[in-house]
Amino acid sequence: MANELFRICPDTGFKIDRNAEKLIKANAVVAIVFLAVGGLFGLLVALTRWPAVHLLPAEWFYLALTAHGADVLLFWIVFFEIAMLYFTSSVLLNCRLATPKLAWGAFWLMLLGAVIANVAVLQGESSVMFTSYVPMQAAPHFYLGLILFAVGALVAVFIFFGTLVTAREERTYQGSVPLVTFGAITAAIIAVFTLASGAIILVPTFLWSLGLIGDIDPVTYKIVWWAMGHSSQQINVSVHVAIWYAIAAMLLGAKPLSEKVSRFAFLMYIMFLQLASAHHLLVEPGISSEWKIFNTSYALYLAVLGSLIHGMSVPGAIEAAQRRRGFTSGMFEWLRKAPWGNPAFSGMFMSLVFFGFIGGISGVVLGTEQLNIIMHNTLYVPGHFHGTVVAGTTLAFMAITYLVVPLIFRRDIILPGLARWQPYLFGIGVAGISLFMMGAGTLGVSRRHWDMTFTDAAIGFEYPPAAFLMMGLNGIFAIMAAVGGLAFVVVIVGSVLFGTRRDDAYSKAHPVLPPAGAVAVSTYGNEEALKIPGTIMLVTIFFAAFVLYYFVNWKYLSEVWPLS
Amino acid sequence: MAIFPPENRVWWNEPLHRPEIIWITVAFLWGLVMFFTMIYWHFSGQQNLSNEAYRIFPEVYAERTEAMAEKYTVRTETNLDIPVVHPKPGTDVYMLARLWEWWPILELEKGQEYRLHLSSLDWQHGFSLQPTNINVQVHPGYEMVMTITPTQAGEFGVVCNEFCGIGHHTMVGKIIVVDK
Amino acid sequence: MSASPDDNGDSAVPERIPAMQRLLDNPFLLLFIGVTIPTVYLIWGIMEVAQIPMAR
Repeated sequence: MANELFRICPDTGFKIDRNAEKLIKANAVVAIVFLAVGGLFGLLVALTRWPAVHLLPAEWFYLALTAHGADVLLFWIVFFEIAMLYFTSSVLLNCRLATPKLAWGAFWLMLLGAVIANVAVLQGESSVMFTSYVPMQAAPHFYLGLILFAVGALVAVFIFFGTLVTAREERTYQGSVPLVTFGAITAAIIAVFTLASGAIILVPTFLWSLGLIGDIDPVTYKIVWWAMGHSSQQINVSVHVAIWYAIAAMLLGAKPLSEKVSRFAFLMYIMFLQLASAHHLLVEPGISSEWKIFNTSYALYLAVLGSLIHGMSVPGAIEAAQRRRGFTSGMFEWLRKAPWGNPAFSGMFMSLVFFGFIGGISGVVLGTEQLNIIMHNTLYVPGHFHGTVVAGTTLAFMAITYLVVPLIFRRDIILPGLARWQPYLFGIGVAGISLFMMGAGTLGVSRRHWDMTFTDAAIGFEYPPAAFLMMGLNGIFAIMAAVGGLAFVVVIVGSVLFGTRRDDAYSKAHPVLPPAGAVAVSTYGNEEALKIPGTIMLVTIFFAAFVLYYFVNWKYLSEVWPLS
Repeated sequence: MAIFPPENRVWWNEPLHRPEIIWITVAFLWGLVMFFTMIYWHFSGQQNLSNEAYRIFPEVYAERTEAMAEKYTVRTETNLDIPVVHPKPGTDVYMLARLWEWWPILELEKGQEYRLHLSSLDWQHGFSLQPTNINVQVHPGYEMVMTITPTQAGEFGVVCNEFCGIGHHTMVGKIIVVDK
Repeated sequence: MSASPDDNGDSAVPERIPAMQRLLDNPFLLLFIGVTIPTVYLIWGIMEVAQIPMAR
């Protein structure tokens, strides 16, 4: 079987389809290019919002903000996700990738779309923000670029499903798919709904921009657009949770505490996580509270339940594995003696903590029907989603890249000292950005706004001085995050180009994954009582913070002018 | 391991661990608490956004706003002579959003109820009343009506917090609340 | 080779796979569920907007 189509991975023993390997490389490289470009725009945005610096003129600020959103929220993340979908289907199932030629077609289509959209934004006629709310209009090729990108991505998602079918037919694995692949299935399902919604709304908007359609209703546009816009962030959540499990497994040999519980949590995602387009419609005219409450809460918070379950299962699996390895003293020896010097682990664990504490809690608060009144369109919103999508998703993607480079690109990571510090720079920087934007948002500062001093306005208004302090700190932490992001790009691009090649002999001599660990710890099971006191403590602290912060915000709301 | 298929062919029947059962129960109940808190607030909270809304032609909305302004203008402010409108408590008051202003300036009485109408004549705008921090989306073609009761006297800024083009940052309006 | 180590049952008569596990092992059934549920909500939302009355 193992002919030219496949190679056997010397580190993991997986049978790797060379077509899949090339596609993973191509998608990951393009993803990182967009991360670099979009990250640069992000830094420019943060420096402009720092009142003492106020870098860009208004026109360029709105252009940079639109480009930042499209390049990192969409292009970086989706390209990387496609790489992950190919990895979790083809590599983890030891299967050839279905229709590799079509997969290349999808790749080029996505790239073409992304480039067209970038050109449209840089030409200056499409500074409509990532959300492009009608009736504000962008140039037609802005929408066209996004449509081409979405179609390409949809094709890639179906290649993932095709590979699952191939693997089952050719019996390349036994029993059920691995949990990580199941997480990827969750992401792919959400992606189908997301990309279809995107096509449903962007195609008529494109026709409207060409003058072929009269009007697009602005509220309906938002409902359908956010079925793409918000749900696409749920693709990220599913993928990065899968990555948490993958890194814990690869580095520490961690086994899910319970396959049933973890898969059930993903099922909650599949069923309910895509509902939350209401998060952006809670203060919109004319939509009933019934719809808002059901939709914004993902049906009684059942999808949040899924995330809370992962929040215990992932650290619990790590703790169980570490204890099995002998780190049993006290409550937290397992965590202290975790491989914090390995950027794949430190990135993954910070992603887990920041996603839960910053992105997760703030997301639930922001998505509470009435609480949204004091937060809608303030900087609290970008504060929240930088906690989910950057500190959560991007950091997790960076973490697994430190394993993808040696295992798939077969190159050693260069500059190990810089690599070791990179997740901390980026992670703490982004955590700061999120918290200070949330702080400024709580003080009422508007998002997507060039001048919080209102110098040119006929009627002035002054935000409190604390808000200016928050925006200054936001700028400082944005610089830190940008340095971390740059370090990532330098290390990864440098490694791909100049890292020592890892042929089979070299790989055996210099393993990427700790040997024996996997076997030693993967046998604990259900027969004995599970001891995870450290995780229980972490979860308890998290829960207390969640409850407290939730009710603090109701207190804030109760002080606002009565409304009905 | 999570990157390999489950060891047991039938994994659904594996028993749950105690900490997992407890945590799933707690998390589920907490979800219910948060869900019912939203419903509870509709009955006993004072800050609930009205869902009263109508479709309206922008010209019609502009006419109504101007009619109110004509009737109740008490003075003008700034060198642009923006009218300051002091409508009767308990009545319908209108504020319109357009590129790039909130019009007119409203003067309300503390502790009185008003039916505040909001709509846009062109693009989407964001009504962000500061520093009390009430944020509502304003659409063209839709008129939102909410009952509002100012509880503090003073001058409040109405910042636009939905991006509306190059002059977005100059779009600030005002609501003045006076003691009766 | 796939038989689990702790399976007490006779390996000749494999244990029946529970319905929930069969659901979770079927990506296309999951795809159907995962697309249908949010679509229902989406249509519900659009219908609400469509029903907003004209101003008198």
